[in-house]
Amino acid sequence: MTTLEASLRAVGHPVLMPYVTGGVTENWLDYVHAAVDAGADAVEIGIPFSDPVIDGPVIQAASVQALERGTTPDTVMRDLAAYRGSVPLVVMTYYNLVHRYGHAAFARRLVEAGVSGVVLADLPMEEAAEWTEVADAAGIATVLLAAPSTPDSRLEEVCTRSQGFVYAMGVMGVTGERAVLADSARDIADRVKAVADKPVLVGVGVSTPENAALLSAHADGVIIGAPVMRRIAEGGSVADLVAGFRAALG
Amino acid sequence: MTNTTMGPPSARGFFGRFGGRFVPEPIMPACLELESAFGRAWADRAFRAELDAHLRHYAGRPSPVTECHRLGDLLGVRVLVKREDLNHTGSHKINNVLGQALLARRMGKRRVVAETGAGQHGVATATACALFGLDCVVYMGEVDVARQRLNVFRMELLGATVVPVTSGSRTLKDAVNEALRHWVATVADTHYCIGSVMGPHPYPWMVREFQRVIGEEARAQCADLLDGGIPSHVLACVGGGSNAAGIFAGFADTDAELIGVEAAGGAAIGGDLVGVVHGSKSMLLQDDAGQVLEAYSVSAGLDYPGIGPEHAHLADIGRASYPSVTDAEVLDAVRVVSRTEGLIPALESAHAFAYLLREAGGSIPHGSTVLVNLSGRGDKDMEQISDLLAEHKETQ
Repeated sequence: MTTLEASLRAVGHPVLMPYVTGGVTENWLDYVHAAVDAGADAVEIGIPFSDPVIDGPVIQAASVQALERGTTPDTVMRDLAAYRGSVPLVVMTYYNLVHRYGHAAFARRLVEAGVSGVVLADLPMEEAAEWTEVADAAGIATVLLAAPSTPDSRLEEVCTRSQGFVYAMGVMGVTGERAVLADSARDIADRVKAVADKPVLVGVGVSTPENAALLSAHADGVIIGAPVMRRIAEGGSVADLVAGFRAALG
Repeated sequence: MTNTTMGPPSARGFFGRFGGRFVPEPIMPACLELESAFGRAWADRAFRAELDAHLRHYAGRPSPVTECHRLGDLLGVRVLVKREDLNHTGSHKINNVLGQALLARRMGKRRVVAETGAGQHGVATATACALFGLDCVVYMGEVDVARQRLNVFRMELLGATVVPVTSGSRTLKDAVNEALRHWVATVADTHYCIGSVMGPHPYPWMVREFQRVIGEEARAQCADLLDGGIPSHVLACVGGGSNAAGIFAGFADTDAELIGVEAAGGAAIGGDLVGVVHGSKSMLLQDDAGQVLEAYSVSAGLDYPGIGPEHAHLADIGRASYPSVTDAEVLDAVRVVSRTEGLIPALESAHAFAYLLREAGGSIPHGSTVLVNLSGRGDKDMEQISDLLAEHKETQ
């Protein structure tokens, strides 16, 4: 079992994993700390990419803002040296950045930065072998996505190969908030839970604490990205937002 | 890894070390479904016959090969031109979209989404959707919407919804991103009609097969004109590379030198870096961190930082070469070809002629027989060419 999976299993209540785009502002790590202090069980850190095809307008805007500040994989990892939380960190990015950095060097850098898992949005299991060989050796969990469109025949293999947890996409679509919790979110959570032997977290389209609370009956926790990044863009309190989700999730 | 040159890719969609399927999980099942549907359709004689009939009676195929004597005399080489400019909608793009639209219908999809740069693929897609009664949404960069207003109007007249893309560089690259995002959300009833030999497997293979008709016709037409011979050089412009893939496919097994001409501001092969974007591994313009760079070209259709994975492979094994020409050389070529032959090439296609103009008597020796793919006509570019020539005059 990967250390990421062990940490998530040890949480003892529904997992709350907020997402923050690395480098979105100079003091972006403050948002990570605020989230941890407000009850996050893990934090997902985005490394911005120029062509984020699975991200909606809110996270796209954050990515552009971060890139305009000169953010690179190296600056994000450098900033993470100042991370003082104890909850696990998971990096979310796109494969070209890893390919350009070099698999072994990227895995090593993740370990040095204290990251225990990675989500590569455009690296499906069929193309993942070269990366996972290196990541496995470094102890980095490679988390795979399960989507509402993933057929049962494929879902089992996704869940078997996913490490740390299974990232269940709540809706068919890009990251972002939705007015009501989609039926697809409950459905995919149930389908993944039925076959997964590791924690199942639902992300994409989990917009409110009420959504999160409803989902906690179907999955092991939630990932909230766009609500956090919207709050940051609007200059609001990440601590209050995360505390609200924490209270609803128990 | 031992696929014959321009044969089918490997099971995972690789041409040598390029290609594959690097897409988010939600669209992975659709790619697998498409791969299997295309494989079955392409092996089905009835599907091929239906497509052939549409190409013949609707698109106007076969397109002729015209020998350009005046240009040939000027350059000291024999110039044969494959006339994809004469197809319905004005370019080679119709070959691919008729194939994909028929396939979409066969798969039971009733909506089609597409990206477009210059607007040629968007117009062709809107046309095929009108013909087959499919809903059509086209994503087009805001910059390109401005430089190709007439094509936007054509698409709308054909019943398509054109969505201007305001993210990133607001050109073709970002139109692809938006089309992919749209597809992620609508994949159950929507087919993504990619306009070039790019994207995840099976697109690079499928689009090349739908464009192969250019090369197969040209091979037979050249044989007629050359007493059973083949040209010494085959030239085509390359953005993603679909017209080049189509014409190269007809000559891959010959001694003809295959040359794909890139725009100097979007020369992916010239940049010499492997990368992964828009679903496949290929050569890609990118910075040290792996961020994709914006291409700059006078031609909206070549304003793309990547190139189809099979072209990267053909360059890798030395079967084809991919030089580039500058915007100034392209404008000059538009003028020369228009005046000597009465053919006004699209800015994209003019890249192939620009290379010929520069290299005839040099790397293309006198006495060569050169087949140039005139992939599209220049009507769509009149306003822009007129502005550029005026600017050019002012700076002289």
